[in-house]
Amino acid sequence: MKVITTVAVTMLLGAIVRATASFENGVMVPVAPALLSETGLYAEGGTTEIDPRNRPFSPQYPLWTDGAAKKRWIRLPEGTAIDATNLSRWDFPIGTRFWKEFAFDGRKVETRLLWRVSADRWVFASYAWNEAQTDAALAPESGIPNIVEVAPGKRHSIPGIADCRACHDSARTEILGFNALNLSDDRDPNAPHAETLTADMLTLKRLMKESLITPKRTELIRTPPRINASSPEARAALGYLSTNCGNCHNRESSLASLGLNLKYEVTGSGNRASGASECAPALVTTAGKRGHWVVPEAQEESRLINPGKPEASAIIRRVKSRRPLSQMPPMGSVVVDKQGVDLLTAWVNANPEQWQTLIARCAAGAS
Amino acid sequence: MKLSNIAFTSALFAAAVILTALLATASLRAAGAGEQLKAPPTPPGLTAQQVRGKYLVDIMGCHDCHTPMKMGPNGPQWDMDRMLSGHPEQLTMPAAPALPPGPWIGVASATFTAWNGPWGTSFTANLTPDKETGLGDWTVEQFIDTMKTGKDRGKGRPVLPPMPVQNLANLSDEDIRALFAYLQTIKPIKNRVPQPIDPPDQR
Repeated sequence: MKVITTVAVTMLLGAIVRATASFENGVMVPVAPALLSETGLYAEGGTTEIDPRNRPFSPQYPLWTDGAAKKRWIRLPEGTAIDATNLSRWDFPIGTRFWKEFAFDGRKVETRLLWRVSADRWVFASYAWNEAQTDAALAPESGIPNIVEVAPGKRHSIPGIADCRACHDSARTEILGFNALNLSDDRDPNAPHAETLTADMLTLKRLMKESLITPKRTELIRTPPRINASSPEARAALGYLSTNCGNCHNRESSLASLGLNLKYEVTGSGNRASGASECAPALVTTAGKRGHWVVPEAQEESRLINPGKPEASAIIRRVKSRRPLSQMPPMGSVVVDKQGVDLLTAWVNANPEQWQTLIARCAAGAS
Repeated sequence: MKLSNIAFTSALFAAAVILTALLATASLRAAGAGEQLKAPPTPPGLTAQQVRGKYLVDIMGCHDCHTPMKMGPNGPQWDMDRMLSGHPEQLTMPAAPALPPGPWIGVASATFTAWNGPWGTSFTANLTPDKETGLGDWTVEQFIDTMKTGKDRGKGRPVLPPMPVQNLANLSDEDIRALFAYLQTIKPIKNRVPQPIDPPDQR
């Protein structure tokens, strides 16, 4: 009943703001339409058939959202291409739209829209699906808390705009699910929750083939980006951290001064297209380092990653937590990702000798 | 405890803090000791922005919780040797007393720097420019983001009661910049404030 009321109120609000542009400082700027069916995701007049100009994709290291089944699409304006001169920070043409659909227990709950409307502005919006699953209405700016139960006593919330901005820095919004690493054709078989690629999904190879990315970099086809790691667990763990934590914890974010960098950067040079050094920042900035946050049970032993000691590793302790004071990520999830925790634990538990050798090598500046 | 409850409790506590501070001041005035809780003098050489920041710090009640209280001859007074350095690292708090069911919602330390309630135990932050333990490694953007969002550095855990984040979100960017500019001029004090503790039912 609560859901019905919430959706009804949202629909009403949506109807009131049924404009697609507003004046701001004397300039017309596009705003999110009131209904999902008006955003261009679907073929005209419905919400069943996806507009063929919208291309599906599936990141090899997906973000954990409490087990939601996700679908993702991108639309590039006709005749444009993504500027990938900087491999770790793609520049999307103005007019680019991304959609991400979240379903729980087979029912669509929300679809988010990221729409680049000018050089320095992205529109963030989320649409709440109605009971009949026929359309979704623009959620209010503050989001819709607790819209659906996703586990006993745990409810998913539609984020507010401020929450969107906490993850997607407004000026240089990045789509972590749509980057060189996540679209690589060399997919990690151990990545938690990865979906099976279908033939219609965009990958680096296909983007290149259809000239949807510029400049053309054949090395990304010959040797697709791949995390260079000492073991399959390490590869999957670094990928997991990159998507799930690297959006905030990277060297360019407003949190850079914390000194914690969990994003895996594809540089395009070196022995592989990934430019991969085995000394990934996620390893160098965490292994043996004492962070701001201390594992209460470990105290003196607490490190961001304490090799061989997952129980004294702050990152694992926080990924395992869903308490407001300690959980990581701090928003967007109310259920622990058990598979993710198991993977990180296995990685940290790996042969301590191997860890020590690696740390020593990385400290010496070798790659 | 949900985030919305944290915000609500924060508002209640902010009101309580102001009231307590008023009562403390009133009783001291009655005793002829009003000087005990007086804002520090303005040091020479501050820029206009820093003077504005000091004014805001003094009127917004930052000292109430971020400068530890100590007991003086006429009652509690701010310990200006620890000005704005937050909960003293050396003061290890025992477990907070359990409250009986009823309208009491929380407890505070005599220093006014440790607070316990439904959100857990919080300790007031070190606002001095010490690099390791204070705001010395913060950027002004992180400070603005924290004030505006009520989240640690704009992205992390919620800022906890009794910090009145619901009021601070209304500050202008200009005023937040002024606050930060002044706080960077005060004496750096090395004091590593403990991290907050989850409530017992969530540990």
